[in-house]
Amino acid sequence: MKAFAELYSDLDATTSSNAKLAAMQAYFSKAAPEDAAWAVYFLSGGRPRQLVPTRMLREQALLLSGLPEWLFEESYQAVGDLAETLSLLLPKAEHSSEEGLASWMENHLLPLRGLPPEELLERLPTFWSQLDPQSLMVCLKLITGSFRVGVSKLLVTRALAALADIDSKRVAQRLVGYTDLSHRPSADGYLKLIAEESADEHAQRGGQPYPFFLAHALQQPVDQFENLLGAAENWQVEWKWDGIRAQVVKREGRLWIWSRGEELVTDRFPELHSLTQCLPDGTVIDGEIVVWKAAPPEHPEDGEFALDTPAPGTPGEATPSVQPFALLQQRIGRKTLGKKILEDVPVVVLAYDLLEWEGHDWRSRQQHERRTQMEKVIANARSPVLMTSPVLTGTDWLDLGRQREASRSLGVEGMMLKARDSMYGVGRTKDMGVWWKWKMDPFSVDAVLIYAQRGHGRRASLYSDYTFAVWDGPPESSERTLVPFAKAYSGLTDEEMRKVDAIIRKTTVDKFGPVRSVTPTLVFELGFEGIALSKRHKSGIAVRFPRMLRWRLDKPVAEADSLATLQDLLA
Amino acid sequence: MDLVIARPEGLYCPPGDFYIDPWRPVERSVITHAHGDHARTGNEHYLAAAPGEGILRSRLGQDINLQTLAYGETITHHGVKLSLHPAGHVLGSAQVRLEYKGEIWVASGDYKVEPDGTCEPFEPVRCHTFITESTFGLPIYRWQPQAEIFAGVNEWWRANAAAGKASVLFAYSFGKAQRILHGIDPSIGPILVHGAVEPLNRVYREAGVRIPETHYAGDFKKTDPALRSALIIAPPSAGGSTWMRRFGEFSDAFASGWMMLRGTRRRRGVDRGFALSDHADWPGLLWAIENTGAERVMVTHGSVAVLVRYLRELGLDAQGFSTEYGDEEDDATAKTEPAPEPASTGEASS
Repeated sequence: MKAFAELYSDLDATTSSNAKLAAMQAYFSKAAPEDAAWAVYFLSGGRPRQLVPTRMLREQALLLSGLPEWLFEESYQAVGDLAETLSLLLPKAEHSSEEGLASWMENHLLPLRGLPPEELLERLPTFWSQLDPQSLMVCLKLITGSFRVGVSKLLVTRALAALADIDSKRVAQRLVGYTDLSHRPSADGYLKLIAEESADEHAQRGGQPYPFFLAHALQQPVDQFENLLGAAENWQVEWKWDGIRAQVVKREGRLWIWSRGEELVTDRFPELHSLTQCLPDGTVIDGEIVVWKAAPPEHPEDGEFALDTPAPGTPGEATPSVQPFALLQQRIGRKTLGKKILEDVPVVVLAYDLLEWEGHDWRSRQQHERRTQMEKVIANARSPVLMTSPVLTGTDWLDLGRQREASRSLGVEGMMLKARDSMYGVGRTKDMGVWWKWKMDPFSVDAVLIYAQRGHGRRASLYSDYTFAVWDGPPESSERTLVPFAKAYSGLTDEEMRKVDAIIRKTTVDKFGPVRSVTPTLVFELGFEGIALSKRHKSGIAVRFPRMLRWRLDKPVAEADSLATLQDLLA
Repeated sequence: MDLVIARPEGLYCPPGDFYIDPWRPVERSVITHAHGDHARTGNEHYLAAAPGEGILRSRLGQDINLQTLAYGETITHHGVKLSLHPAGHVLGSAQVRLEYKGEIWVASGDYKVEPDGTCEPFEPVRCHTFITESTFGLPIYRWQPQAEIFAGVNEWWRANAAAGKASVLFAYSFGKAQRILHGIDPSIGPILVHGAVEPLNRVYREAGVRIPETHYAGDFKKTDPALRSALIIAPPSAGGSTWMRRFGEFSDAFASGWMMLRGTRRRRGVDRGFALSDHADWPGLLWAIENTGAERVMVTHGSVAVLVRYLRELGLDAQGFSTEYGDEEDDATAKTEPAPEPASTGEASS
């Protein structure tokens, strides 16, 4: 645990990728395989479910520290992280355990799940007394399922590849599914990750998917595309769907569905199980899971796109089409999927790539070749839940740019540009070809900051989480008020955040628990990706991914936007 | 009667007609220590502890009208018996003991309870009313013994030197810098200091505090091989400035009590944070308060509301004093700094 805690603090202390890489390599080269197995699991985003209820941990901390509850809360507010607060308040350990990460996980921590409170009260203090402050914090993060550290999976992959002296794409392939909940890290599993490449490794077995190929954001103006990308005809252009990226794997008579987070989600989508019969063994399709149905009749033209009529702007009365992500979200959270929700929120797969066919890895074939074959596969499958994501054509980039303007009304995020000769790469790489996402600019409004709360982690103890409001009437109306409609905490530089923090402290009107209300003086341009009607919000509107685009120092509060602006965006 | 009250000019003693650490110019001032938020220019008379004379004069001017007292020495002014007692914060720091008609008050200024070898250790003084700071007045602040912190600094320095990197350690130039110099292992490599630090080293050396040999960093060229194994002590304001360019490849660290928290460490954006403070931690504050035997406690700058409530729950008569301390040079927010610290004074005085 100690070595892993030290790795954590090394990774946490630096922003340099090289330093992180070096720290991981140093750790892995010394760690026992069973410990390394768990370290890979946590570093690449694996998170076992919470092992001990948070309430239990708080009670323990109060009991052992003898502090009143309000003081614990004050401390938590100042620290902004529960595991860290607990580690600072629990009594300091007399000695420090030399037991490894794997032993801690398997012999001490995992067995805690589901234990009765009496048993926990007895066991936990014996743990605390063996862990130095750094190890204690990391241990608490593992217990609460909140372990996060600033390394990407790609970086972990590179560290392991360098250690094992093998291609990092191979490691990435082996790592797929490593963090899935059903998987338990083991010394054996770790040694396989870093083993020499074997001849038959290319033949996939079981439900193992491929690492997803990820797109880069394209932000240049369209008139530079010709220079940047060459002729449009060399690119395969598609809509950028707003759903769940997924791989459908059919092998050995079985079907597996993996999400982009490399989580096995087969059970979440029972209506797709029929694909087991439609696809031959040795087929892997990459695509997007979206909600697909006829829009409610009262809004036939509202944010939809009919596939049978790929030319945009051709609304069909009761033609099924893609529905907003918000609907899909309703399904994702559910533990059990009742009949009603399956009827109300049916999904399909919009396929856009073929990664494996007849048991062969197709990723090093060119994009257009994969596409042609994929269309055949889909046609032969004849399944109502498996469709192709249409290819868009235009005379040139400007023409495509004009078509892209329809994105919002079609319920898509923009376009995807895939080089026709591109191979299917690993992660966000460019060495095997490139995919661009050409997203629509976010919606934006000028909103007023009215509430603030202290942040977490890096923003701990600064007032950095804000609630924004717009006016509920035009400037000439004398009785208009500010109506909250969105919360945002990202987009400011550290410098701006400190300034805003100071202003909030000075302009506080009232405090409700951790929340401060302030005299409205600050206007920000807020950006967001989507907007929908909502009964849960006072403003009647919910926005997606709100963030601060810039601080409108030039704009007085009275000139901020109003609800009417938001309602216009809805249309 | 109250021997100390809060006035717009500063903490005031009505029967003695003088101020303690006033933030506006007054006629008579008693200065607890020479940090900028406690010792300001423009007072007609200054009274301070003798070991702090050199620093006070170097900061406020050689010609200030300064009278000094040895620790424990007593004078009487308008019937108020006054003496100064070590506060363990920085060289020359003092608690002010006031006695008038059988009533005893102690104003502690800033204090630290762990002895550090660079100044007289904190000495609890029995009193009826104790005026305490609360910079680190939350139970999350519990300092590691300083020996462990210095071992950490040595280890970091050694590792950097082995990798051919300079080690830049940011620390406040008065007090913290000298404490670090006194505590580290000078055999690891050459020690360089920023121009703001060296004059204070001189004063400490003159006072008999062991400070290893230091060199003025400005005298070194970027190509000098000595830099590859050097430790450089600089005030936080030097971070990110062009002054830093001369060190080539370096690792940086910050020494401050605020480094206790991961969030502050990350915001500070240095490679390492060493939680080394010249203020009392939470157990230190409670220990000091208890050892005065005071039944009444006035809480100044820091986590005022928290400490007041906690002391009240312990059955003490506690209340907050609004002051303008804690906003310069010491561990709290420094005005010259690009990065203000959390738990700022705005919070504290509310």
